[in-house]
Amino acid sequence: MKRYSFLELAKNAFSAHQNWGRQWRSPEPKTEYDVVIVGAGGHGLATAYYLAKEHGVRNVAVIEKGWLGGGNTGRNTTIVRSNYLWEESAALYNHAIGLWQGLSQELNYNVMYSARGVMMLAHTVHDVQVAQRHIHANRLAGVQNEWLTPEKAKEYCPPLNISKNIRYPVMGAALQRVGGTARHDAVAWGYARGADDLGVDIIQNCAVTGIRRGQDGAVEGVETSKGFIKAKKIGVVAAGHTSTVMDMAGVRMPLESFPLQALVSEPVKPAFPCVVMSNTIHAYISQSDKGELVIGAGTDQFISYSQTGGIHISNHTIDAICELFPHFRRMRMLRNWGGIVDVTPDRSPILSKTPVAGLYVNCGWGTGGFKATPGSGHVFAHTIAKDEPNPINAPFTIDRFRTGRLIDEAAAAAVAH
Amino acid sequence: MSQPFRTEKGGRIDRSQQLTFTFDGEEMQGHQGDTLASALLANGVHLVGRSFKYHRPRGILTAGSEEPNALVGVYRNGDQTPNLRATQVELYQGLEAISQNRFPSLGFDVGAVNDRLSMFFPAGFYYKTFMWPKSFWDKVYEPVIRAAAGLGKPPKNPDHDHYGNLYAHCDVLVAGSGPAGLAAALAAAETGAKVLLCDEQAEFGGSLLTEANATIDGKAPADWVADAVAKLQAMDNVTLLSRTTAFGYFAHNYIALVERVTEHLPTPDPKLPRERLWQVRAKEVVIAAGSIERPMVFPENDRPGILLAEAGRTYLNRYGVKVGHKVVVATACDTAWQAAFDLADHGVEVAAIVEMRETPPESLMSIAKARGIRVEAGCIVTGTLGRKRIKSALLGRLMTSGQVASGGQVDCDALLMSGGWTPTVSLYSQSRGKVVWDADKGAYVPGKSVQKERSVGAAKGLYGLQATLEDGYAAGEEAAKAATGKSATITYATATGGEAGDGGTLGALPHDRNASRVKAFVDYQNDVTAKDVKLAVREGMQSIEHIKRYTTTGMATDQGRLSNMNALQIASGALERPMTDVGLTTFRLPYTPTTFGVFAGVARGDFFDPVRKTPSHDWVVDNGGVFEDVGQWKRTWYFPKNGEDMHAAVARECKTVRDSVGLFDASTLGKIEVVGPDSAEFLERMYTNPWKKLAPGRCRYGLLLNDAGFITDDGVIGRLAEDRFHVTTTTGGAPSVFATMEDYLQTEWPDLDVWITSTTEQYAVAAVQGPKAREVIAPFIEGVDLSNDAFPHMSVREATFCGVPCRLFRISFTGELGFEINVPRRHGKMMWETLAKEIEKHSGTTYGTETMHVLRAEKGYIIVGQDTDGTVTPQDAGMTWAIGKKKFDFVGKRGLERPDLVADNRKQFVGLLTKDPKVKLEEGAQITTAETPATGTPAEGHVTSSYYSPALDRSIALAVVKNGHALDGKTLYVPMPEGSIPVEVTGTVFYDKEGARINV
Amino acid sequence: MLLVYCPYCGVSRPETEFSCRGEAHIARPADPSQTSDEDWVNFLYMRSNSKGVYVERWRHIHGCGRFFNAVRNTVSDEFLKFYKTGEPMPDLEELAKEAGK
Repeated sequence: MKRYSFLELAKNAFSAHQNWGRQWRSPEPKTEYDVVIVGAGGHGLATAYYLAKEHGVRNVAVIEKGWLGGGNTGRNTTIVRSNYLWEESAALYNHAIGLWQGLSQELNYNVMYSARGVMMLAHTVHDVQVAQRHIHANRLAGVQNEWLTPEKAKEYCPPLNISKNIRYPVMGAALQRVGGTARHDAVAWGYARGADDLGVDIIQNCAVTGIRRGQDGAVEGVETSKGFIKAKKIGVVAAGHTSTVMDMAGVRMPLESFPLQALVSEPVKPAFPCVVMSNTIHAYISQSDKGELVIGAGTDQFISYSQTGGIHISNHTIDAICELFPHFRRMRMLRNWGGIVDVTPDRSPILSKTPVAGLYVNCGWGTGGFKATPGSGHVFAHTIAKDEPNPINAPFTIDRFRTGRLIDEAAAAAVAH
Repeated sequence: MSQPFRTEKGGRIDRSQQLTFTFDGEEMQGHQGDTLASALLANGVHLVGRSFKYHRPRGILTAGSEEPNALVGVYRNGDQTPNLRATQVELYQGLEAISQNRFPSLGFDVGAVNDRLSMFFPAGFYYKTFMWPKSFWDKVYEPVIRAAAGLGKPPKNPDHDHYGNLYAHCDVLVAGSGPAGLAAALAAAETGAKVLLCDEQAEFGGSLLTEANATIDGKAPADWVADAVAKLQAMDNVTLLSRTTAFGYFAHNYIALVERVTEHLPTPDPKLPRERLWQVRAKEVVIAAGSIERPMVFPENDRPGILLAEAGRTYLNRYGVKVGHKVVVATACDTAWQAAFDLADHGVEVAAIVEMRETPPESLMSIAKARGIRVEAGCIVTGTLGRKRIKSALLGRLMTSGQVASGGQVDCDALLMSGGWTPTVSLYSQSRGKVVWDADKGAYVPGKSVQKERSVGAAKGLYGLQATLEDGYAAGEEAAKAATGKSATITYATATGGEAGDGGTLGALPHDRNASRVKAFVDYQNDVTAKDVKLAVREGMQSIEHIKRYTTTGMATDQGRLSNMNALQIASGALERPMTDVGLTTFRLPYTPTTFGVFAGVARGDFFDPVRKTPSHDWVVDNGGVFEDVGQWKRTWYFPKNGEDMHAAVARECKTVRDSVGLFDASTLGKIEVVGPDSAEFLERMYTNPWKKLAPGRCRYGLLLNDAGFITDDGVIGRLAEDRFHVTTTTGGAPSVFATMEDYLQTEWPDLDVWITSTTEQYAVAAVQGPKAREVIAPFIEGVDLSNDAFPHMSVREATFCGVPCRLFRISFTGELGFEINVPRRHGKMMWETLAKEIEKHSGTTYGTETMHVLRAEKGYIIVGQDTDGTVTPQDAGMTWAIGKKKFDFVGKRGLERPDLVADNRKQFVGLLTKDPKVKLEEGAQITTAETPATGTPAEGHVTSSYYSPALDRSIALAVVKNGHALDGKTLYVPMPEGSIPVEVTGTVFYDKEGARINV
Repeated sequence: MLLVYCPYCGVSRPETEFSCRGEAHIARPADPSQTSDEDWVNFLYMRSNSKGVYVERWRHIHGCGRFFNAVRNTVSDEFLKFYKTGEPMPDLEELAKEAGK
């Protein structure tokens, strides 16, 4: 692999950029691999990369029905943070933060991880209680998170409206300074390039149509639109389509796939320094390096694979944005799109072995999977390579729904009294 | 001379009305009917902006909403709106516009150094560098990149304008009012169908307003438009919306339109919304969005003075503006010739028609010859000269070898180009239809309809005036028939002229220049060149989505409407695969950028979310109470007196309740009436507690779980009669408890004979708590013996309060003697004011939610959602007493038996007392066994509630702690940044442990 | 904004008048205490999450308040059938075939 650097860029400038090589190959599938990963999103590619890099498992194929990075990886609002409540979650997401910090150098691909801070607003007494609980829990867990008064919040994010006269005034905010954003496409491409360089075959435009299991119940390989591919281990990382793929192996999942919308404004000069989230009034906003305000909207109430959603969902998000940042009201929406997010009953992911030998699943990231990409791939690679979970993902089993040992991030923010 | 490029006569502008406007501070003149773009061109101004990446000088390219270059900021009343297309901004007296993305000025922009250094900035360069040193990305590189990127400056002030919202239904929605759209609207309207016709422009007519060489029913096209619009206007079943863009096509034929109501007026009526959102459910939709012309991709195709051919013709015929005095027309198709002819007819020198085709149609050649226009057939433009305005074009002759031979140089001050036409399939694509490649037309056209829509005319690649009109009429008839079943005999108009043209080209043109040094732009706004697209392919990008994202082609504010087809062709060539294999990006809503205010609509300020108030609200306001938001409710938080802070007010309120009496508004608690012979059985199944043996007139605390086994709600339930219960829920849980009950009742147990009704809003509830509570209510209550024997704790009676029927509960959430009086809501104000007055006689107090929280915490009563968080079981909460042991089933019973819910080490509800009584713990603080736990130590639990207790004159706290029930008296720690706080585990009841005060 | 038909009211109304309550025909076991942990988790959480024809529950929350079922294609969001609670699940293959015509 030709390393990227400023010097290399300059050198290539003088040959009119005619000599850049491919970032990844487009191979035809071999008949057999040690591991087949289903789904070439960020998580799947990262899994393949770490399998090859850290576990020496290089005979790996990543099978993708469309184009790599084309699902939720390329559709999300790119927020990175780790200030989750439960120790299990905080450990998982903080593991990812650690990897984010060196990811551009690790991959030799600028993923533009920008630790500009993620601020989560509190609008009610209950919000304040929940935020404080997070901050205390995070401090003990070694996760950076701090409380800001409304005035301090405005100092950190000058466009924020902290007037007491709005419907839900800002009562303060939890700030994670190491949180921020990253360039979503670059994450997929960086992992693809890295994995490809280590020998991983990324096979795009190849749909998985079946999972073949042997007499003993263990997996034998995948049926695809390009023929049968033999593999003793299969990792399913198919996000919104996980239920469909797992169904091929006869495994029913505790998942529902909802449409999630996001949108961007027309690009403007720098106007917004950080990431602001409000779970109470449903507003998620940052500004991309290109200048677009990047805004996350909510999910529709029904499951759907349409990659579109209702206008009332985006209306509801934009009215919240306009209340918190009233001078953005004259800005204009440039593009609105939808993704398909797979949601578990406790809003925490599943990174787990399955009842089927040789079959592993990484799913259920809901609306927040992007931030976990490096960490998720890292521990999932471990799980596949060793056939046992890394201690970090050990709690994130499918079996927790049977036993009741949930990791309930949603309930922790439950509506009170 | 003012407006040196204005024609002598003609066009649709009102020459009698002269308007003054400024651009970058320079004053200029235009006319009513001009756009900012046409007025600028009339003044000879082509340079209007700088490009995104290289800061190259850019001019007006189009005459429509697809304009990529001429983006300006417009000021009005101190508010600035960035990124408006000059081609869409209607001129008004005093309009103030500024150019964007340049510093210090449009003429001299330091950012233009990027253009000189562009060899270092190919597509995706930023992925390959800025990685060293590690800390420099967000501290150094990124700020520089961010400052350079972005187009206009964001608005500085909160927006003072307001925005409207309307819902509408119609039989046939027609989007676009060119020949096809107008004909469709006429035909559909004729059948009596309810028709809504919208067009993004100020005037209806679309391309007909530009067409000067045709007739319809013997009239000039613009006159026919005027008659057609007048006819439609006169019909009751037709709604006409100009300046209105159909921007979003949603599921089930739900279309969103934005109407720009006042933006074109010099002094808008402040009562009118600036813009208005229309949400239309249409039975049928006719998409008459037309088509747009494609730029030709040749080196330096981006200089100011280079426009699309039809745009040049529009400026001439519609706005009376000549794009130059000496014009070169470069084309690969017939239609652009007409632009050359029209210009020549207005006395503009046409320096040459540079026609890519070797043998253009003889008919065109002869017209050109008659006008003395030089034609260079088999030629292309291979470059242009002139930095801020084109000065000349370089010509190249296409050789049979595929090579290009130099064809000399032609001086000019404007160049019109046409690479052919691209149907506008955005709305069709949004409707989730899949476009199909039409090789004959060389275009993607709409395929099968997925929703109830049909594309007509140029939007489906059908050209020629007569054919378009016929298509429109037929579609209008069909749509109306499909929507209403009705039809009528429609007379079609007939047209002459406006014939369809042949020709067109896709992708980059060959040239004889140094390929590594020249730039041929594919996406103007994002500065994407043909080389960039090829580089992306060279680097392994195979899908058009990758190419788009890597180069950013098609991601500018026109969403690639101008660039996509050229980019596809270039990619297909580089990949050596047919274009149809490369894929196609998806058009997303909105069709054109749409103001956020339109989406937010009226949901701002008090209308952001409904405010729910209790009957005491006004009294509380008058008496200085402070509110907190609990869901949509405004609940009184505390009542500061004489400048008290919250702590002092709450301490006083708490003390007063325990000493004498307090009055609290409990109206927000959810209330559900459960009625019917199977009521008790139903509650038996819903709640953990047993209900069948509860006697009428008695109450019981009820605990509600979900089927997973976790606590979700609680409340007191009173049995009014054998078949009637009054259920109360938490404030926040009211809607979900009701929905859950309905769910089980309707779908799991339809056999039960029970009706449930939400009565939360039907009752106003006053809680009177404290030793003197009985004395306070006694004067007003009739029909109940209030003595402790006759009406003990946990009883309910129907009585009257001041003669008004009420439900009187004897219950307590404070540990004191307490009553809750439910009266019909309309009497709530009277009840509150009566009681507020009465408690004064007993030195009582009104109190808010904070005091309520303290008093209940002193008694160890849980608050669901604060002390529980969706992971707590009744056993965890120490409430096994609330579980009916002999019950066959209840919601959550089976869930409670699951392995983890019966495991050891569960977090259990306990009390905590700090060793130092003055230290109050923070809610949410973590609990550990070690005094100074290492980072990463799992917490034993956390503090759920913590207060200063006036009754105990010390701090108290409630918490959940692992195996907490077994740790009574043990010391644990609450590690804080300032040091660890030692605490003792206790029971949860801190005050009146025997519960004597409640039974007096 | 979907258009939803309430089979009790006999009218089509915008989606915001309704509440979608997840997959239909998942019956709560009649005797929970005799239900295994595996069957209980199936009832609680396991869902088909079908891509294509799917049966779901809706409630006319701002109308008659009744629950009913709908068959919807989760790829196109097109409704294929609405029917009252208690009525048997229609033949989904048949419905899909009809819709494909």
